[in-house]
Amino acid sequence: MSGANLQVGEDGRLRHFLSIEGLNRGLLTEILDTAESFAGVTAQTVKKVPLLRGKTIVNLFFEASTRTRTTFELAAKRLSADVLNINVDASSATKGETLLDTLRNLEAMHVDMFVVRHAESGAAHFIARNVEPHVSVINAGDGRHAHPTQAMLDMFTIRRVKGPDFGRLRVAIVGDILHSRVARSQIHALNLLNTGEVRVVAPKTLTPIHVEALGVRPYHDLCEGIRDCDVVIMLRLQRERMQGALLPSEHEYYRLFGLTEDRLSVAKPDVTVMHPGPINRGVEMDSRVADGPHSVILEQVTHGIAVRMAVMSMAMRQQDRTVEDGA
Amino acid sequence: MNPCSESPPRIRIKGGRLVDPANGVDGEQDLYLADRKVVGIGTAPDGFQVEQEINARGQIVCPGLIDLAVRLREPGQEHKATIDSECRAAASAGITTLCCPPDTAPVIDTPAVVELIHHRARQTNTTRVLTLGALTRNLDGQLLSEMRALQLAGCVGVTNILRPLANSLVERRAFEYAATFDLTVHLHANDESLSNGGCAHEGAVATRLGLPGIPAATETASVARLLALIEQTGVRAHFCRITSGRALGMIGRARHDGLPVSADVAVPYLFLTEVDIAEFDSQCHVLPPLRAQEDRDALRAGLARGSLTALCSDHQPHEDDAKRAPFPSTAPGISGLDTLLPMALRLVEQRVMALGDVLHRLTAGPAAILGLEQGQLAIGAPADVCIFDPEHTWILNDRSMESEGHNSPFRDWEMKGRASHTLLNGRVVYSRESL
Repeated sequence: MSGANLQVGEDGRLRHFLSIEGLNRGLLTEILDTAESFAGVTAQTVKKVPLLRGKTIVNLFFEASTRTRTTFELAAKRLSADVLNINVDASSATKGETLLDTLRNLEAMHVDMFVVRHAESGAAHFIARNVEPHVSVINAGDGRHAHPTQAMLDMFTIRRVKGPDFGRLRVAIVGDILHSRVARSQIHALNLLNTGEVRVVAPKTLTPIHVEALGVRPYHDLCEGIRDCDVVIMLRLQRERMQGALLPSEHEYYRLFGLTEDRLSVAKPDVTVMHPGPINRGVEMDSRVADGPHSVILEQVTHGIAVRMAVMSMAMRQQDRTVEDGA
Repeated sequence: MNPCSESPPRIRIKGGRLVDPANGVDGEQDLYLADRKVVGIGTAPDGFQVEQEINARGQIVCPGLIDLAVRLREPGQEHKATIDSECRAAASAGITTLCCPPDTAPVIDTPAVVELIHHRARQTNTTRVLTLGALTRNLDGQLLSEMRALQLAGCVGVTNILRPLANSLVERRAFEYAATFDLTVHLHANDESLSNGGCAHEGAVATRLGLPGIPAATETASVARLLALIEQTGVRAHFCRITSGRALGMIGRARHDGLPVSADVAVPYLFLTEVDIAEFDSQCHVLPPLRAQEDRDALRAGLARGSLTALCSDHQPHEDDAKRAPFPSTAPGISGLDTLLPMALRLVEQRVMALGDVLHRLTAGPAAILGLEQGQLAIGAPADVCIFDPEHTWILNDRSMESEGHNSPFRDWEMKGRASHTLLNGRVVYSRESL
């Protein structure tokens, strides 16, 4: 039961989109190219295409999210699908109904695709293993494990700004790597796209053990870590990290790892600064950097819609084929 | 008919290869049983009249296996398994004595619960069930349990399983009190604060999958502190389910220095590592977690040279639903009764250790930890016998598993070796032929 088999059909096409790990460069490029074609659609006055007309997509969110859910919803609507948003808060999930029961009940309503966010690593894989064969699962973030659509919209953004040759790029991911599903997916995507060098920058308390095995070089000093980088990706720092004795204070974190214009000057002159949002201004980065000329943070949000349209349409195309083959 | 009440038949076990590691026996010899005891090896005692003969040609005859850790799930979790179901499964796996940890519901912290379990086990009468009492009341780690009463009711040791004690002072007092009655304390080296709610070994796999990690230091830091308290209090201590090579080394050095400590390992840790979690396989969710390749290798070497003196199943049967959830929220544990013997024999096939040594870790080794006269087949010893066919191959699946819990990462593996007869107190309690 490898992730690759679960996600990719025998013909090499996308069935589910659960993690970047297990996919290949061809598929990632196809996602980016498809997203590029949808990027035009989202800029038109009539923003809809009929690709998923008649399909039902359920945004099944077990964890609060505004941005990700909204962009998934918009993406589905622009593909003409019917969209249902279901927020299952942790308290009602503990009232007895298991995840599997929730899933079975929704499946009984003839859903074609689940977009799932869950606080536990592996939740999307679990759901994908347990849905009917004609149903697709898109991972919208599971625990600390993966957030593959976020990673792909970041790749899309980098490709638009820096061009298609990732081999000449040096990319640094800065912040709470330990708890970040975004970082894990970005690392896999950057490596699959043959990025020249991928670095992670964090204090040791926020650097996972054996992180080099993911194909990155760890740094514990911001200036050393972003020196000569083409792209700097900042991660959101959760407030609760202070309680867990992982950091002493936001103040000290900002002093050591906060991105300021001054520090950014050690990166390449044309450096691109990214952040998956929402930003803690004055914790991860200074407002002047967030709103400055190097920042593409708002473009990332816009690209999120096109990338999610691409992933949804690709997975659904494959699922339609599964049904036809079965018929 | 209560088989306990009347004398068992005079039995000759004929033509088998008798392997009794405790007494250095390994050869083709007949075994004679009467009055619940071994009465003859090789030759029958004078005037012995065979009332029942068991043909063991081509099979191995050894002391009945002793399993240090078997969750029976009764009382309290009968939807997972029962004393009856698991005792029968144990007998079918050649196990004649098993030791039940105190995390039942209610907890084994009063003589009444001990008696309840012993009573139910006697009704089944297929396997000897021993109990470990709770070290603290309700396993809460705060107040001492009535250890002497538990001992008098039959508990063979005390433990707080994986649950932490309030502080080192409670730990010290608990050890001193147990030592007063010469009770062995069964210790799980687990620094709860370092484990921090993790569910997988803190290593490359947990990093890749984003699973909250449990560092090896959770075990080593705990072993270091516990060894200091064992030395201080003079309690006899047994370390349960060691998972890391480093912790094993620390215990070995302490024993070399004269501390009264022993340690065991469970089957899964000798065959699986963190890598087997692959893409969130919940069957590999165990606590303590499966660790790295080098740990697995160190545990194998430790079992072979005898620094780990017992191999147990760490049997934890679950209903199927307990494993059907995202990995972190699945119930930890593996159903291990069915696989104890064949997986142990696999160590012989993989040339990790000799057959006699493997059987020692399943019989005399655990018997010594529990202070039992079982685990060997000298004349006069209790007639607990396991007869198994080392060449019998079978596939582990829903049909072949005898335990109620079918949760196993070894599902679909080919197993080699299976008990054909199990004798408890000189009476056949299981026979594969009669099925």
